[in-house]
Amino acid sequence: MISNEKTKQFKILAFETSCDDTSVAIINSDFKVIVNLISSQTTHEDFGGVVPELASRLHLKNIMQLTQVALTNAELSFEDIDAIAVSVNPGLIGALLVGVSFAKSLAYSLGKPVIAVNHMLGHIYANRINNPHLRPPYLALVVSGGHTELVDFKSIVDFKIIGRTRDDAAGEAFDKVSKLLGLGYPGGPIIDKIARYGNPKFHQFPRALNKKDNYDFSFSGFKTSVRNYLASKNNKFIQEHIADIAASVQRAIVDSLVFKTIAFAKKSDAKIIIVAGGVSANSLLRSEISKKGKVIGANIFFPALEYCMDNAAMIGAAAIEKYQNNDFADLSLNAFSKKGIRIL
Amino acid sequence: MQEERILKSEDDTITFAKELAPKLKEGDVLALYGELGTGKTFFTQQLCKFLGVRENVSSPSYVLMNEYMGICIIRHLDLYRLDAAEEVLELGLYDLYNDAITIIEWPEIADGMLPENTIHIYFEFINQNRKVTIKM
Repeated sequence: MISNEKTKQFKILAFETSCDDTSVAIINSDFKVIVNLISSQTTHEDFGGVVPELASRLHLKNIMQLTQVALTNAELSFEDIDAIAVSVNPGLIGALLVGVSFAKSLAYSLGKPVIAVNHMLGHIYANRINNPHLRPPYLALVVSGGHTELVDFKSIVDFKIIGRTRDDAAGEAFDKVSKLLGLGYPGGPIIDKIARYGNPKFHQFPRALNKKDNYDFSFSGFKTSVRNYLASKNNKFIQEHIADIAASVQRAIVDSLVFKTIAFAKKSDAKIIIVAGGVSANSLLRSEISKKGKVIGANIFFPALEYCMDNAAMIGAAAIEKYQNNDFADLSLNAFSKKGIRIL
Repeated sequence: MQEERILKSEDDTITFAKELAPKLKEGDVLALYGELGTGKTFFTQQLCKFLGVRENVSSPSYVLMNEYMGICIIRHLDLYRLDAAEEVLELGLYDLYNDAITIIEWPEIADGMLPENTIHIYFEFINQNRKVTIKM
């Protein structure tokens, strides 16, 4: 359908409050991000004060201020906005509700439409910010602190979950192992950094469920094996080999992700593989999946690093086509914490 | 009442979950203590299965809480990432107990906010095995 709506430029104000960070973004209909603010990354000067750690999970204080800052930075006013997008699931219900209630109130008072976005689809659409023409069919690996899912997209509304974690998410495995190693939070970036100085073959940690035709993931047994390994070594040994252990840990997690993804891509003859979510920032995952993808003739896409973690720009990006299709939510829209990727 | 049992294998954990499940009802709260890797999440997965949950039960560490439908609403919480008791209040813990079976991993931070009838289960490593201590 070619209509005026499709060719007309428009701007979407987007909110993402599914977990720890509050994020507000404004995105143009051509996927150009005008502004993308994330509470944990916003400097004190931008904010006119300190972002309190405790309140960050409640979002209430952040969302109004961030919206004002976003409009100011973009030199726009509410009148310049054509629609309001918000992530409605999955996530922490109380946190999601803040975003949904705020978005609905704003939409009602401004007389603008509101667009509901699945958070996981948002992660996938983060890829379109840098590659606006990227469209299914593709195989998507969505990996973050809360999710590990392999999804086969025929189209954006016709997809099948091929595999998912049976216990811990990949990002959570990074976090928990980092804690076991005494390296701090968030574990992913810290282990990524230290692993560069270590030998990934130093110790072979188990890769779970590496059987043919099983595309589920599991990181719980791996976590226990790291715990048992560390318990068998003295502290001096661990400190001397911290980079080697970090490299071996990272290798095990990345191997599991890449093995399953490439195996299914090969089986289904996928031409495009996209990686999304916080763990898609991991440097080894990027290099390994690119390398293995090349071998099977698949093109690999990642979001720009700044759009890997939870952010509102990706929610706005996922709302663009919905706007063009007049796919608006009514004001009875509610948040729901139900897991996984789904059509709204 | 206090009970101890040694879990030598995943099957032992499954048996433990199978025995506990029929004793639980709406309003019950389970607090699961234990270091990383002691099997709290695996136990929860099995328990949920015996409580009639059909979907995959995965770790709620990141989202803090997952909700399932089994014989009644079952809420699986993980307070691992919380730093202060105030955050537990923000989560609305007090409002959650009545209409569900609540399973809480890493409950230490909610000390004092658990109802009196809470069943406390402690997981620990004993050599190659795991020991659970149940206090109710």
